[in-house]
Amino acid sequence: MNKIVEKVALSENVVKMILEAPAIARKRKAGQFIVLLMDEKGERIPLTIVDSDPERGAITIIFQVVGKTTAAMAAMKVDDYFSDVQGPLGNPTDIKKIGQIVCIGGGVGVGVVYPLAAALKQAGNRVISIIGARTKDLLILEEEMKQVSDRLIVATDDGSYGFHGFVSTVLQNLIDAGEKIEEVFAIGPVPMMKVIANLTRPYGIKTVVSLNPIMVDATGMCGACRVSVGGKTRFTCVDGPEFDGHQVDFDLLTSRLRMYCDQESVAYEKHKCGWHGN
Amino acid sequence: MKNTSVDGMETEEKKSKKEKIPRQQMPEQTPGVRVKNFDEVPLGYSEETAVLEAKRCIQCKKPGCIAGCPVDVKIPEFIQAITDGKFLEAAHILKETNSLPAVCGRVCPQEEQCEKVCILGKKGDPVAIGRLERFAADYERKTGQISIPDLPAPNGKKIAVIGAGPSGLTIAGDLVKLGYAATIFEGLHKAGGVLVYGIPEFRLPKAIVEAEVDYLKKLGVKIETNAVIGRIATIDELFAEGYDAVYIAVGAGAPVFMNIPGENLSGIYSANEYLTRSNLMKAYLFPEYDTPIVRGRNVAVIGGGNVAMDSVRTALRLGAENAYIIYRRTEVEMPARKEEVHHAHEEGVQFKLLTNPVEYIGDEKAWVTGMKCIRMELGEPDASGRRSPVPIEGSEFVIDVDAVVVAVGTMANPIVPATTPGLETNRRGYIVVKGESGETTRPGIYAGGDIVTGAATVILAMGAGKQAARAMHAYLSGK
Ligand SMILES: Cc1cc2nc3c(=O)[nH]c(=O)nc-3n(C[C@H](O)[C@H](O)[C@H](O)COP(=O)(O)OP(=O)(O)OC[C@H]3O[C@@H](n4cnc5c(N)ncnc54)[C@H](O)[C@@H]3O)c2cc1C
Ligand SMILES: Cc1cc2nc3c(=O)[nH]c(=O)nc-3n(C[C@H](O)[C@H](O)[C@H](O)COP(=O)(O)OP(=O)(O)OC[C@H]3O[C@@H](n4cnc5c(N)ncnc54)[C@H](O)[C@@H]3O)c2cc1C
Ligand code: SF4
Ligand code: FES
Repeated sequence: MNKIVEKVALSENVVKMILEAPAIARKRKAGQFIVLLMDEKGERIPLTIVDSDPERGAITIIFQVVGKTTAAMAAMKVDDYFSDVQGPLGNPTDIKKIGQIVCIGGGVGVGVVYPLAAALKQAGNRVISIIGARTKDLLILEEEMKQVSDRLIVATDDGSYGFHGFVSTVLQNLIDAGEKIEEVFAIGPVPMMKVIANLTRPYGIKTVVSLNPIMVDATGMCGACRVSVGGKTRFTCVDGPEFDGHQVDFDLLTSRLRMYCDQESVAYEKHKCGWHGN
Repeated sequence: MKNTSVDGMETEEKKSKKEKIPRQQMPEQTPGVRVKNFDEVPLGYSEETAVLEAKRCIQCKKPGCIAGCPVDVKIPEFIQAITDGKFLEAAHILKETNSLPAVCGRVCPQEEQCEKVCILGKKGDPVAIGRLERFAADYERKTGQISIPDLPAPNGKKIAVIGAGPSGLTIAGDLVKLGYAATIFEGLHKAGGVLVYGIPEFRLPKAIVEAEVDYLKKLGVKIETNAVIGRIATIDELFAEGYDAVYIAVGAGAPVFMNIPGENLSGIYSANEYLTRSNLMKAYLFPEYDTPIVRGRNVAVIGGGNVAMDSVRTALRLGAENAYIIYRRTEVEMPARKEEVHHAHEEGVQFKLLTNPVEYIGDEKAWVTGMKCIRMELGEPDASGRRSPVPIEGSEFVIDVDAVVVAVGTMANPIVPATTPGLETNRRGYIVVKGESGETTRPGIYAGGDIVTGAATVILAMGAGKQAARAMHAYLSGK
């Protein structure tokens, strides 16, 4: 049983929660995730650990409402409990001093890239961050990202705030302006990660992406989370979640993420399917 | 409801003069009814039938059955107690050596163990030891008269057990009875291992596993769920926290795929995923439960073991019109229990034998629509003694499918070995132990169950837990 100690709505459909999870808070490293269950009948939901406070014994998660469970979670209140929180899971990000790097976050992916940016900054890198959203009201963590970045560029698809356009265009502009970029970390909807990986490939800029396939156990036991990287099948929960973006088969990831669309829309009236879709 | 019996498959009883009572049948749900539900298939003996069956035992002076049991259950003794109508006592005798009799009575391959060597089997049918075991254990549970034995005073030593499958549960129970403080760390949110995530409700009701786990908790075993060792703590960190010894019982949980083209198409599952969704997450009750599962019309299950039978029978219950077993050898070589193959036949599973998939075909949404197979013939016996199948060139054909379950085996999960320096594993990733004690190459670390033997049986995993409990006790007493 894990108690919700804080809850904040970051935008119309993105929620931040702080949960009691002392052991995980002590142990987790940037890039790792948890799996949580609301109750006995719940689904196992993987979510990135955005932040942790070992002294308070608490971890932060940020999630977007995309289906039945995330909608139900958004309706939970401070002092409510999750029946289970399992973690930390997945491999931590390989944090080291690289030089100048770019961290890109799209939509709720900003929450996932934030711990990486923070850890990379602390390791002595010069961090340029690009964060984006469809529109100004949906942008999250601008302040937090500013604090862990040497430079922050904001983009909105509709131009309501910051740069008018996609985060990928901002990256292209940086490259065109002659910025020396050693490595890119790109996290967000699958189409965004695919575009960024295709963009950096011709320049030979190493690009790390964090994948979000459907998972069940998240311990390497089921293979639900299998993805194809460099033509080889890998299990995201134990081999990832981060992979070399130039090697990932994003189309396979997209099709596998749609596996339960029909059924999920039974469970969740609205007929839409995930933040990675479109 | 009309009931049939598994005895329908057994050879015609040849009655000897001494043996007047025939092997007692156990009532079952009829195939037509049971394929529409997930309730248990065999319904268990009544008190009368149990006593009748128990009376068949001739109480051998040198009972073969005990030698056939991996944990040396005192078989004639517990059967005698049933004959005398002392059902609770029968359960207590069972529990002296077998901490999970209600489970073993249901899933042990008795036909390969105790019943195989029962003297009555020489001339007719052996005593139905498994069914009697189930009866006694169920009787105890149903009457609620589960007794907690007197425990010795705590000896102040702490032991960490990794994995709450049958092996981990068994050793934890034994250690507590020896005065140790035992804590099980389990990666999933429920204890039981394969008993809760793999074996379906219709073969092993989850309430039974829960009752066994509750019993261990009452004994004083601590179970920490959601704790993946190697992630939340390494074994060395457990020692640093003050544990005196560690038992690794993480099973052989990683799925094996065949690495053929199209295997990652949507609709294709590993048996582990398919069964975990259905059993652990109760996807068969979706949308009441939140986890979905693909309900295919034409479902192909690849493999011929218990896991394949459990998967294909699950597919039928999820509404498949055609449920196939695709197996590259013949029924004779199938490693599944005969009873389960028989149940699958009765329920309408279609067996496509001497057949092996070579490629999957998908539609524009990358969903599997077909499976290209090749016909096989049996060649020379391989290392395991089974005749190895060889493909017949040019015999390819396509089966229409919209869901596939790959049940061709499992392998070692590397998380624990990879995070434990000095722990030796073999070529296939299984942990190397010295003989039956379960001692690994690191002092104070023991291992047993599927992570040592590769996929085996519940009773062998339990037996390994018992042996290791003794070895650990000797090691820690001498320390
Ligand atoms: C390692 C990892 C980290 C993640 N981190 C975050 C995060 O920090 N914030 C966030 O908002 N989301 C994150 N996700 C995605 C999040 O888990 C899903 O959005 C969530 O499970 C959807 O559940 P639902 O019941 O609300 O939606 P559903 O109605 O179940 O599904 C909506 C869509 O979400 C996807 N989905 C469903 N179940 C899962 C599942 N078990 N795993 C992954 N995707 C699923 C499917 O494509 C589905 O079509 C992460 C996923 C992974 C694998
Ligand atoms: C579908 C199916 C049907 C079967 N049918 C039969 C049958 O009819 N009869 C029979 O005798 N046998 C059967 N078996 C085999 C039998 O279930 C196994 O041999 C037995 O369960 C092995 O026990 P174990 O304790 O070694 O491991 P498991 O039962 O596999 O348990 C291992 C436990 O360890 C946990 N774990 C793994 N890694 C970690 C970690 N890093 N940290 C913490 N916990 C971890 C797992 O979550 C799991 O709960 C079947 C198996 C399957 C899959
Ligand atoms: S071998 Fe058969 S008859 Fe003899 S004691 Fe065992 S169960 Fe009874
Ligand atoms: S989620 Fe089951 S293996 Fe990764």
